[in-house]
Amino acid sequence: MEVCNCIEPQWPADELLMKYQYISDFFIAIAYFSIPLELIYFVKKSAVFPYRWVLVQFGAFIVLCGATHLINLWTFTTHSRTVALVMTTAKVLTAVVSCATALMLVHIIPDLLSVKTRELFLKNKAAELDREMGLIRTQEETGRHVRMLTHEIRSTLDRHTILKTTLVELGRTLALEECALWMPTRTGLELQLSYTLRHQHPVEYTVPIQLPVINQVFGTSRAVKISPNSPVARLRPVSGKYMLGEVVAVRVPLLHLSNFQINDWPELSTKRYALMVLMLPSDSARQWHVHELELVEVVADQVAVALSHAAILEESMRARDLLMEQNVALDLARREAETAIRARNDFLAVMNHEMRTPMHAIIALSSLLQETELTPEQRLMVETILKSSNLLATLMNDVLDLSRLEDGSLQLELGTFNLHTLFREVLNLIKPIAVVKKLPITLNLAPDLPEFVVGDEKRLMQIILNIVGNAVKFSKQGSISVTALVTKSDTRAADFFVVPTGSHFYLRVKVKDSGAGINPQDIPKLFTKFAQTQSLATRSSGGSGLGLAISKRFVNLMEGNIWIESDGLGKGCTAIFDVKLGISERSNESKQSGIPKVPAIPRHSNFTGLKVLVMDENGVSRMVTKGLLVHLGCEVTTVSSNEECLRVVSHEHKVVFMDVCMPGVENYQIALCIHEKFTKQRHQRPLLVALSGNTDKSTKEKCMSFGLDGVLLKPVSLDNMRDVLSDLLERRVLYEGM
Amino acid sequence: MVLFVCFEQLSPIFLYNSVSWSTLAMNTTVVAQLQRQFQDYIVSLYQQGFLDSQFSELRKLQDEGSPDFVSEVVSLFFDDCSKLINTMSRSLEQPDNVDFKQLDSGVHQLKGSSSSVGARRVKNVCISFKECCDVQNREGCLRCLQQVDYEYKMLKTKLQDLFNLEQQILQAGGTIPQVDIN
Repeated sequence: MEVCNCIEPQWPADELLMKYQYISDFFIAIAYFSIPLELIYFVKKSAVFPYRWVLVQFGAFIVLCGATHLINLWTFTTHSRTVALVMTTAKVLTAVVSCATALMLVHIIPDLLSVKTRELFLKNKAAELDREMGLIRTQEETGRHVRMLTHEIRSTLDRHTILKTTLVELGRTLALEECALWMPTRTGLELQLSYTLRHQHPVEYTVPIQLPVINQVFGTSRAVKISPNSPVARLRPVSGKYMLGEVVAVRVPLLHLSNFQINDWPELSTKRYALMVLMLPSDSARQWHVHELELVEVVADQVAVALSHAAILEESMRARDLLMEQNVALDLARREAETAIRARNDFLAVMNHEMRTPMHAIIALSSLLQETELTPEQRLMVETILKSSNLLATLMNDVLDLSRLEDGSLQLELGTFNLHTLFREVLNLIKPIAVVKKLPITLNLAPDLPEFVVGDEKRLMQIILNIVGNAVKFSKQGSISVTALVTKSDTRAADFFVVPTGSHFYLRVKVKDSGAGINPQDIPKLFTKFAQTQSLATRSSGGSGLGLAISKRFVNLMEGNIWIESDGLGKGCTAIFDVKLGISERSNESKQSGIPKVPAIPRHSNFTGLKVLVMDENGVSRMVTKGLLVHLGCEVTTVSSNEECLRVVSHEHKVVFMDVCMPGVENYQIALCIHEKFTKQRHQRPLLVALSGNTDKSTKEKCMSFGLDGVLLKPVSLDNMRDVLSDLLERRVLYEGM
Repeated sequence: MVLFVCFEQLSPIFLYNSVSWSTLAMNTTVVAQLQRQFQDYIVSLYQQGFLDSQFSELRKLQDEGSPDFVSEVVSLFFDDCSKLINTMSRSLEQPDNVDFKQLDSGVHQLKGSSSSVGARRVKNVCISFKECCDVQNREGCLRCLQQVDYEYKMLKTKLQDLFNLEQQILQAGGTIPQVDIN
């Protein structure tokens, strides 16, 4: 203090300097004071500042420094000891705080610096993420494009549209200059330019398929960058551009229907590919990005799938069209067949009738002619006519029968008959011919063969006759044996099991002859229609060749089987057939057939003495009816009016015939009157029969309501009257069975 | 051996007849000739539709008991015919008041008689006559009446000839052949 305070300013010029010092100090102090304030203010404002304590320290340091400088202001002039003290304190404090701060800063500054580093790091990261997001967005857009492309491609099943759409969409999505599709030709040796995006090529442009660049592309499923100068890429006229855009080519597999497996993508064994070439715009310096290539590959695959779908659809449509055509054709054929069948049936129905009638006439009249007196030549002629017509009739019957058999319209007429008698009859029929040919026929009937059986007698006879007839026909010498037995099990045909059921049994008939025999190879042909074995011997015997076919059909209808065994030519043959027959319950009911018939009534054939009354207004009718009844032996009384009838009728008359032809009810009244008359008496009233012009339902009902016992249709024939009378007398009523 | 063949009725024209000779008493060729004539004649009558099966039924009724049955019936029929025709023509005379009821009953009678005898043509005319009666067609009735008249007279002559033939045969000592028309 002694030093400083007592120093008197040397020069008055130093006063200026002192003034400047004074002012600077002042300003420094202010600055020093305001800096912490600013700091505090801004720190308060900012949310995050980790070093508050440092700030306080720093603030203190600055405040103290400011204080020091402020106090300095008073030291320019003489100042008291207090000021000096304060000054000193301030200085000391400032020193302490500054040192502390200095020490603290040593720790803090590295931290602060590291913050900076982190900040830089984060910024880099952010930039990176931005980049990546850009990429993702691009990819997503690509994906969208692909989806859209796929949708476009797959929205149509038309091949051309698919390909065209592909090119157009790809061109749009990738902003291509040119896009082309090369398809393999039919021969498979060349690629033909089929579709382009922009340029229309009038000439079909082909390149051979074996180019190295093409092989390279076909060898991988990825999109391959190729040189713009390769033949497949040289599509547009070189127009002096600087730089041709990059070209990428990708293969498009052309799949066939047969390539598709259910679960895995087909192994491309067909190796038929089309080539898709994409060109970036020239002069654009654009590069093919990876994602673009991926897009291209995906599209190529989709196109392949779409094309195969289109192909499948085409094929299925074609198949369906074909089926429809076939259906139509079949339908037509069926209708034609039906028409033909109907026509044939009609024809048969007509011919059946038309042919048989003249035939019958011819046969009948020729046989009659035979009976008359003829010269020998005439007799010969007539016999020939008869023989020929019989043959013709048989032929016709055979043909007609066969047609009906084939139709399935033939039905067996079942009836009960005597089997033993049948066989004997057949033999009797055949015997004459056999005797002439000197062929003894033997018949063996098994002892357990039932006598009375149920079956179609006529057809069975036809079968046996046919077979035995054949045997006789084709044998020149030797003998014929016919055996009939009941068979229990069948040993021949494996698929034909014979099981005799309760009331049925299987009849087996074996006809063995010692004739020409049959070649085993010909046996199957025997049963076919119209076929005959071509040996001369058989040729001469005529016949239509239908016999066996018909017999076979009948046998089949009877649920049986027929076959022929032969040991060879010249060794004879055996014809065997089985048929199913029913066993008749009682042998004494052989008279009864399967169709229930009215039991036979013992008929009155003689009506002698039967008293009958005839009432008819018409004299002629009266006389005729009387004559009829008289012829039958009745005693007839005639009356011509109702009143007379009432008067005359008595209990002696058994039947009253009354004519009811006149319209009106008066005639019927008489019946009621007669009823009345006889209810009073004790005698039985006569049977009342009406003679009428018609016997329809209404007439019958009328008669019944008036108490008549029957109605007859005029004019009555003799036989009719006879039947009627016997029925009447038996049953006392005539209405049923009319 | 004689073959008897039955046919369905093919047509009104009986083309196929079968003939059976119950007794062949061929004493003289005259009788045979007469018989053949008779046969042909009667067959022709059938074929031309003058007679039908009822007539043959009538002929069946002729036997020893009633040898003239047929001729009796037939003559009765013709008498009846003429009487009825007279009555009917009288009814149809006045165009104003024609008693169709009476006419109807007359036709009915005629129809009945003709069908009993087997006079086919007469019967057919009667049927159309009845139709005209039903609609009260006088002109039609007149026409039918004329036709009936004509038919019955025609039939009368024919049957007369037939009976004459019969008589001739009987006189010559032969028997009358049976002709069955089914």
